[in-house]
Order: sequence, then C-alpha cells, then structure tokens
Amino acid sequence: MNTPALKDWPLWEVFVRSKQGLEHKHCGSLHASDAPHALQMARDVYTRRQEGVSIWVVPSNNITASAPDDKDAMFDPAADKIYRHPTFYDIPEEVGHM
Amino acid sequence: MNHHATPVATYQDYLLHLADNAVILGQRNAEWCGHGPVLEEDLALANNSLDLIGQARLLYQHVASVRKDGRSSEDQLAYFRDVPDFKNYTLLELPHSTALAPTSSGDRDYAVTIARNFLYSALMVLVWDTLKASSDAQLAAIAAKSLKETQYHLRHARDWMVRLGDGTDVSHAKMQAALDHLMPYTQEFWASSAMETAAVKTGMGADTQQLQATWNAMVDDAVTAATLKRPSSAGFVSTGKLGVHSEHLGFVLAEMQSLARAHPEAVW
Repeated sequence: MNTPALKDWPLWEVFVRSKQGLEHKHCGSLHASDAPHALQMARDVYTRRQEGVSIWVVPSNNITASAPDDKDAMFDPAADKIYRHPTFYDIPEEVGHM
Repeated sequence: MNHHATPVATYQDYLLHLADNAVILGQRNAEWCGHGPVLEEDLALANNSLDLIGQARLLYQHVASVRKDGRSSEDQLAYFRDVPDFKNYTLLELPHSTALAPTSSGDRDYAVTIARNFLYSALMVLVWDTLKASSDAQLAAIAAKSLKETQYHLRHARDWMVRLGDGTDVSHAKMQAALDHLMPYTQEFWASSAMETAAVKTGMGADTQQLQATWNAMVDDAVTAATLKRPSSAGFVSTGKLGVHSEHLGFVLAEMQSLARAHPEAVW
C-alpha cells in the first residue's frame, strides 16, 4: 500500500442519504488517504446522529464546478421565465401529490 | 462482597467482568478526546468510547436489577467500587504507551491504542456473537446490540493496523512495538477463572477457549496484511479479571470516579 503522508491526504466531498430522503445530499468534506478511508471517516464524522443510511465519497478534484464569475450569464437568464414553473395549471385532485 | 464462589456471586461477577472491560477501555479511549491525531480519528475514538460506555451501562443496570438490594445502581457499580473489585482484563487498563511508566500525556502512542482495540474487538466480536444465545435473555439482548458496535470497532482498528503496519518505516516500527508490548496480555483472554467456568456451565457465559482458534486466525490474517510479525505471547499471565491489577488501574479510576465521589448522588 502506498499511503500518502498526512499532509498530502487529498480532499473528499461527502454525500449522505437520510432515512427519509431518496437522494444523497452534500454534507461536507474531509481529508483521507484513499476511498475506503474516506468512507470510514465520513461514517464517524457525518453519521453520528443517525443522519444517514448510505454514504458517497467523491474526490473533490473530480468535481467540475461552475465559475462564480459566470453566475450572471449562467443563471440570471432564468430569472424572468416564470412560465417554466408549472404553476399556471390546475392539477386534478386525483393526481395527488406531485 | 462475598469472596466464596457461590453461584449468585459468580453470575454477577461474570456480568461485572464484561461491564468493567467496557467501561475501562471506554475511559482509556476517551483520553484521546480533543487530542486525536486528526479530527476524524478524534471523533472515531470518542464514538468508540461512547459505544463501550453504553455497553457498560446496560450491563451494570442488569447487575443492579439482579441484585435487587436497593443499594446497587449503575453509578454505584462504576464509581464507588475500588481497584480489587474491578474485573477487567489488565490489557484494557494500560496507558496508551509502550513504555511501562509514561511521564506525560504526550507519550500517548496511537499504535498502542489501535493494537489494543484490535486485539480486544477481535475477541469481543466472537464473545458477543456467542452471547446472543445466552441463557440470560437480558444478556443476549445486550450482546446483539453490542455485536454491531464491536464489528465496527474491529473494522476501524484492523484498518488502521494494516495502514500503519504497511505504511512508512516509522509507522511500521511503532505498530510492531505496540503489538510486541500488548500481545502477552492476551493470554488472560484464555486463562480459566471460576466465574467464567460457572457462567459457561449454566449456558449464560461464553467459553473463550472455544473461540481461541478463530481469534488466532483473525490476528494472523491482520498481522500478515499489515506486513507485521506476530510476536510471542509468552510470559507473565496478567490477572485483572480476578481483581489483581497493574498499578495503572488506580490512576484510571481516580480520574473516572473523582467527579461522582466529589458530588455523590448528583444528577444532571
């Protein structure tokens, strides 16, 4: 095994699925030497209060993020398109929860 | 306390043995709280301690309910008994250090913590699994709960033993030294005692001698994966479970019991 020294441990993002939830939600990050190590540490740090029934860990440097400077171009154009929200329809009662 | 091995006293002695093991190792591992090598391990060891103290609480409560003497309680059993009354393995009261008399808390060695947690958790996974079928229904229920916790403790300790053993030259040397230091104390796991013999006879306790071969295989497997050498366990057989302890238990109890003794019957 070739475990990097403590100061070289890469950063991991932690996602936890709660008992009620269907999706894994981002809950934080931690340093760990490899994936099983990150999973074990995530269990000890982020699920102590019964928060989760499943954990994902992802190397932070594998995440491609949008640039903060692109925020206006990326997201502002959606601001005035309220017709994209399905709020102008009457939903028949028998459909139930959507 | 009745020093004759009457059936009732022996039955309770076995429960106290299990409880004292858990509370003393829980107290020892809690010493890392705020001093862990990294934040995640700090939390992992605190989690481990809380599991162990939780196990001890259930067992002490069970003893108190068996005694029905109106005097015993989990707090009385944990905080108002003295060194000769404690029946934990000597292994569990030793400091986190390979030196016999560490001079400061700075001497704490994580490799010793990991080696001890591995050796003890490997045993207790087998013991709790056996005790799930105990003739004492309450003990069987405690065993079922404790088994899940101990399986994680074993996984955590084994993982670190392999990482440190198969890590750098320094971590390998420290892990080997920790194992060399602690292995002889595991002889006490298999030494027979009146309380265990009686508990096994009634179907209430676990016969550790029946578990020894499996434990040996678990140790060999982990030691090999960690590129370590399994040390000899020969030498002095410690006697903590008989109430005859090392000099270290008194210091552990002094710290653990001081608050309860300064404020008897205080409540949250």
